[in-house]
Amino acid sequence: MKFLHGQTHIDFMSKRKLALSMSLLLIVLSIASLAKNGLNFGIDFTGGYLIEIGYPGDADLDSIRKTLTSNNFKDVQVQNFGTSRDVLIRIAPSSDINKASIGDTIIDILKQGSDQSIEKRRVEYVGPQVGAELRDQGGMAMLVALFFILVYVSLRFQFKSAVSAILALVHDVIITIGCFSILQLDFDLTVLAAILAIIGYSLNDTVVVLDRIRETFRTVRKGSSSEIINLSINQTLSRTLMTSLTTLIVVTALFFLGGEVIHGFATALIIGIAVGTYSSVYVASSAILSMGITKQDFLVQSKEEIVDDRP
Amino acid sequence: MLNQYPLWKYLMLAIVLVVGSLYALPNLYGEDPSVQVSHRTQPLEQGDLLAVEQVLNKEAIEFKRIELENNKVLVRFNDEHTQLKAADALKDALDKKYLVALNLAAATPDWLRSLNASPMYLGLDLRGGIHFLMEVDMEAAIKRLEESLISDIKSALREEKIRYRGVRLDDHILQIDFSDATSVESALSILKRQFRQLDLSQQGEQLSIQGKLTEVAIRDEKKSALQQNIITLRNRVNELGVAEPIIQQQGDSRIVVQLPGVQDSARAKTILGGTATLEFRLTEGSVTDWYDAEESGRIPLNALLYHERNGNPVLLNRRVIVTGDMITDAASTIDTDKGVPAVSVSLDGKGAKKMNDTTRENVGHKMAVVFIESKVETKQVGDETVKQRSITKEVINVATIQGVFGARFQITGMESQEARDLSLLLRAGSLRAPIEIIEERTIGPSLGADNIKQGFQSVMIGFVLVLIFMAIYYRAFGLIANVALTVNLVLLIAILSMLQATLTLPGIAGIVLTVGMAVDANVLIYERIREELRNGNSIQASIHAGYEKAFSTITDANITTLIAAVVLFSLGTGPIKGFAITLSIGIITSMFTAIVGTRAIVNFVYGNRHLEKISI
Repeated sequence: MKFLHGQTHIDFMSKRKLALSMSLLLIVLSIASLAKNGLNFGIDFTGGYLIEIGYPGDADLDSIRKTLTSNNFKDVQVQNFGTSRDVLIRIAPSSDINKASIGDTIIDILKQGSDQSIEKRRVEYVGPQVGAELRDQGGMAMLVALFFILVYVSLRFQFKSAVSAILALVHDVIITIGCFSILQLDFDLTVLAAILAIIGYSLNDTVVVLDRIRETFRTVRKGSSSEIINLSINQTLSRTLMTSLTTLIVVTALFFLGGEVIHGFATALIIGIAVGTYSSVYVASSAILSMGITKQDFLVQSKEEIVDDRP
Repeated sequence: MLNQYPLWKYLMLAIVLVVGSLYALPNLYGEDPSVQVSHRTQPLEQGDLLAVEQVLNKEAIEFKRIELENNKVLVRFNDEHTQLKAADALKDALDKKYLVALNLAAATPDWLRSLNASPMYLGLDLRGGIHFLMEVDMEAAIKRLEESLISDIKSALREEKIRYRGVRLDDHILQIDFSDATSVESALSILKRQFRQLDLSQQGEQLSIQGKLTEVAIRDEKKSALQQNIITLRNRVNELGVAEPIIQQQGDSRIVVQLPGVQDSARAKTILGGTATLEFRLTEGSVTDWYDAEESGRIPLNALLYHERNGNPVLLNRRVIVTGDMITDAASTIDTDKGVPAVSVSLDGKGAKKMNDTTRENVGHKMAVVFIESKVETKQVGDETVKQRSITKEVINVATIQGVFGARFQITGMESQEARDLSLLLRAGSLRAPIEIIEERTIGPSLGADNIKQGFQSVMIGFVLVLIFMAIYYRAFGLIANVALTVNLVLLIAILSMLQATLTLPGIAGIVLTVGMAVDANVLIYERIREELRNGNSIQASIHAGYEKAFSTITDANITTLIAAVVLFSLGTGPIKGFAITLSIGIITSMFTAIVGTRAIVNFVYGNRHLEKISI
């Protein structure tokens, strides 16, 4: 089976202005939303309490809220988690409550206010100092990863390729985080892990395209830079689509079957893979073209020309 | 000749496959509910095993098998009900020196265990339990050291008969004041010799010496405070009866404690974070003196004002007879005379002698038992985090000394739960510095089981979908890639089992992602082969060129992903680390199976013969 019969001849580069404006629009939207709404950080980053409880039947969120407020728990968020039987309760860190037994206290209170039996599924507490640290560590991990990738790609390809790969990465990361901000989805540690996985994935895609561009520059003697890049993208197109598809298949399986805890992770990956696929076709290659890539950039400099000067 | 592998390459692949399958195998056997019996101080021997067996036989409790493992007795049962029954029976029957803990032991068969093969180590989010991250209050540890140095300096000066006006501590600077220059001089030379951990100097012509802990001393104190706390925590966890706990240092002031299977987090917190200890002092003056002191606020020089739990004042002598550190053993009992909860205490040699001397000289006087507890808590005030420390000192018991006693005696004045907790804390040793729980994650057993089920389902469904898709899209070559993908999954599980790396839910997500991305290498190769075929090359040449040309692309693409994964591993914590481990291993195994593995099959099937057509 083939999606694309034979070699495609799509002129990607002629539409790069359109692609560029779309990318810019998405990035501006993302940054605007990040500035205005920020991210809906989970307790991993803000600190606080999170209690997940299970009811045998449907949980009555309103009555849970009422019970908790009447017991002096302020600043409480109550929501369903995955199913109508699971309830997630979040309490801000500043509340002055007895941390030693908060989970048990809340479950006891709710048990008294309900005739259903309640099961403790999960209790998490993250202190304020840890939240701040996890945030810093996460940001740091992202920067360090980007730096090492820049170094590796510069060494293996050349600087212009490295810069365009990084541009594609930054593009993907900003838009994915932007989506989380626009949709106000929970941003916790697993989502951060997913963002870093997206860096790896998107780069994987971009490197394959860059690798082909380098090869085509070396083997094809005629044609403008734009034509050569077009050719390379077309040659790798079916691979790009194929790999994105298999990865999307598994991530979708994770999204639907992996359970609520891993939901944010799967969501981030789905967005990231979609954006990453687009960016490896358009962003990295447009960037490399804009930087004025030529054949010269990819010529192998033979280190020593052995001159045969024997008589 | 194109597309042929030498025999050794086939053999190497066969060996990798066999070893991988063997070490992945234990994961299929599941776990037995079991009970683990250990001793507080000694390794267990065959005799102990027989004792345990006898208890079980007497109670007619059926067990699967009993064995001696790592100096502990492990008994396996058929179901959890029997396991709980056995644990209760053993706790009742065995001496209190034995610790009985519930456990889930891997049901790996003997022949696999002899190869050192064991199943993957499941993280708490998969098996249920409690995770704590604790911060040791180093400030308190340093303060404690400084205070003990002050009293040492005082006694050193007294011993050398050097008169001093006072010693005070202000913001980590020790100041010792004198009345004359000669004292300063001789004190400085003596103290410098005796207190190497202090930077001591005279400030100009002032009649005082200033001192400060050296960097080395501070570092040593922090290190030993952390070590001491880890030892104490380990003792306490053992007392709680937890099998396979993890107690590890993290950074230079933190300790991670993981208690698989434990659900009662409130109790775990009181025990682990407990700083409760005791102090024994003589009282000063009469009961009327105590109330006078409380009202007037005038406290005699040699006394301190304490309160009982009901708020009544008590004047206590400044001198401590015995501290909690001198207690070697403690057990909660019931006082036979009064029928109230009590703690029976044993003192070490030094403590016993002091207690003996004091009681002999003070028959008829009153002695008080002080219960001391210190706490530290970080609170968010605006944007700042502030550490709040508090120490509670309460007199729990004032009693008249009826006769001389030394090493062993009983204390009353507590609730029964309190008596149990206190005796446990005294037995397990005190914390060198208070700890604060800065992160807690409790996972209920049902959530853990759900996580495993859902994780396993997503891996399987994702895996099967990719298999189907590859088979349809690349036909025969797709099937070859599918074999490689299957082997990849087996190898990944084998390596995770061998390393005993912790598998978490994000780790499973990493496996799922690996399954999706692993076929990428084959996609690259196959697309390259199709392209070569389109360009009119012969089949054998196309296969050869496909593998050759795709190789560097695959390497570059995977190394960059590996860089991201390794950075994640080294900088990340918790869920991120779990994900990074499986992702990194998955990248490496997938490169191996997709390049070397599929090539071997392709060469074996298609190599060295004339082909008209291939199915790709």
